[in-house]
Amino acid sequence: MDNNQLVDQYFRKDRLPHIWCPGCGHGVIMHSIVKAIAELGWDKNDVVVVSGIGCSSRAPGYMDFNTLHTTHGRALAFATGVKLAKPHLKVIVISGDGDASAIGGNHLIHASRRNIDITTIVFNNNTYGMTGGQYSPTTPTNEFGTTAPHGNIDAPFDIANLAGAAGATYTARTTAFHMNQMTTIIKNALEHKGFSLVEAISVCPTYYGRKNKKGDAPQMMKWLKDTFIDIKVADKLPEEKRVGKLLMGEFKNVQKPEYTEEYHKIVDRLSGVK
Amino acid sequence: MSSRKIKLMQGNEACVEGALYAGMKFYAGYPITPSTEIAEISAQKLPYVGGKFIQMEDEIAGIATAIGGSIAGLKSMTATSGPGFSLKQENIGYAAIAEVPLVIVNVQRGGPSTGLPTAPAQGDVMQAMWGTHGDHPVIAICPSSVKETFYETVRAFNLAEKYRMPVILLTDEVVGHMRESIEIPEPGEIEIYDRLRPETDDQNYLPYGVNDGEIVGRMAGFGEGHRYHITGLFHDETGFPSNSTKNAGVMLDHLMSKISNNTDEIITFEEYLLEDAETVVLSYGSTARSARSAVNKLRAAGHKVGMFRPITIWPFPEKQVVELSKRVKNIVVAEMNLGQLVLEVQRVVEGRTKVHHIGKANGEVVTPIDIIKKVEEVL
Repeated sequence: MDNNQLVDQYFRKDRLPHIWCPGCGHGVIMHSIVKAIAELGWDKNDVVVVSGIGCSSRAPGYMDFNTLHTTHGRALAFATGVKLAKPHLKVIVISGDGDASAIGGNHLIHASRRNIDITTIVFNNNTYGMTGGQYSPTTPTNEFGTTAPHGNIDAPFDIANLAGAAGATYTARTTAFHMNQMTTIIKNALEHKGFSLVEAISVCPTYYGRKNKKGDAPQMMKWLKDTFIDIKVADKLPEEKRVGKLLMGEFKNVQKPEYTEEYHKIVDRLSGVK
Repeated sequence: MSSRKIKLMQGNEACVEGALYAGMKFYAGYPITPSTEIAEISAQKLPYVGGKFIQMEDEIAGIATAIGGSIAGLKSMTATSGPGFSLKQENIGYAAIAEVPLVIVNVQRGGPSTGLPTAPAQGDVMQAMWGTHGDHPVIAICPSSVKETFYETVRAFNLAEKYRMPVILLTDEVVGHMRESIEIPEPGEIEIYDRLRPETDDQNYLPYGVNDGEIVGRMAGFGEGHRYHITGLFHDETGFPSNSTKNAGVMLDHLMSKISNNTDEIITFEEYLLEDAETVVLSYGSTARSARSAVNKLRAAGHKVGMFRPITIWPFPEKQVVELSKRVKNIVVAEMNLGQLVLEVQRVVEGRTKVHHIGKANGEVVTPIDIIKKVEEVL
């Protein structure tokens, strides 16, 4: 399917153009999500996309599925309700780094713990974009934000591994530069039964890039290209070649009982069906 | 002879029975005293009717998940008490603007903050009305007994479904934990209202477009074939965000008028010995039980005293209280707080008659003797 067909079939063209700034990486991630769904051939009526608040969270409005734009940080809780109510639905959460791991951090670890069959895509641009560039839970220490004018003293979260440690059964990281890998990873995450999380590294040249002298959008994309290496490749590299590199790829992929299935076992038992 | 089952049960248990009678299929919440039995009994009973129960990680998740359940098409409820009700406020506003049917039970306890966890209060009356930000409609219902808790829970679901909005069942610790016998009605005895769903062949479905003769837009459940967008932003009838101030005005008017145009149907109240009353005790929830006892004793002593009991406190029974204010000398508002619903009474009465207040917020109930003393003072 070429891009025009993708847009025709899966986007709400009357809602475009999107609100994102020139050079923002979010469009790439949204494209990858839709492409993954198209390749899986899912019925659009069965797909539910839920988001919280922030730049990334405006994505569902452009996508032609059942879409739900909720309150800040709470997308996973709303999504849990939709999924538990109708387990046959394919529920996808789109969240920013702040939405997912600051205000929504509690829901992230508990959705992971439950292993409920929801796929969360975190659009991580290391900043609060919609409010104008404040530091987020993933802003690296010593970098700058409008609320860290003297340098950020917080330590950043590793969202993918945070979710994995909390019980998510599929976790991965990819970047807006590595688009083909991103689509494959999102597809794997969508097909995974259980809680899956994809940390999609985005770029925000408008706020984060400018505040931290990371250059324009192409320079930030080049930084993604040069900095992220796949975990399988990294494993084979000598220590000195891994200095300064960040890891992407699939971090965790295991099978454990899924929440809504476990609940339905109780329902079946009590109603005497099985 | 009626075949109806007579049961001895708690108010909180009657709430769950009422919810199940109304068709509740989804409960999400977080345990908090004195509402906990509502979660426990829901967890016990829902799987037997193919319903879903989930204990969430916090109060905010509790309501958010319940909203999600409703959006997927199931009648949903969450229950909490004071501090939890505070935490749920933002998402109450979400359900109001996104027009999602939902029942929120608040079994009130002493506050502020963690306050008095096991003691009764009626301190959330204004929070129920004004707790979340912005202008939005509110329906809040205050039952006084176990039986009424059953019937009013059913009504709360019916109103939520009919008007596509969150409805607050505002009970208190006394009503939640008291045990009384009630007859459980047979299925079909009470009318159950289910949200209107779009016609299956509707190609141009507008989730917020109101058909002629209907009150709200028809609501499709996610996954039922009508793909649409729900947001907490101001939106037009398509459901998509709109920054237009004109549209915001139209939409806000719709939100408010769906209630203000139907207050006669929504507002319920009880009048007791009001025909010749010169002094009226206005009370609600468990405090109204003390008020009734006080009125009986005052009547026995020859005083012309009656009681007015709002069952629906929001929207406030304004018309009825205005009428009262034109013919009585005193209105004594009795409530378990230091003065909340009395403010509404004063506003409505506009000085036409004297309004007095008797209130406690120390975890003790307002007793009949407290009320008798106050009435004797003002007679």
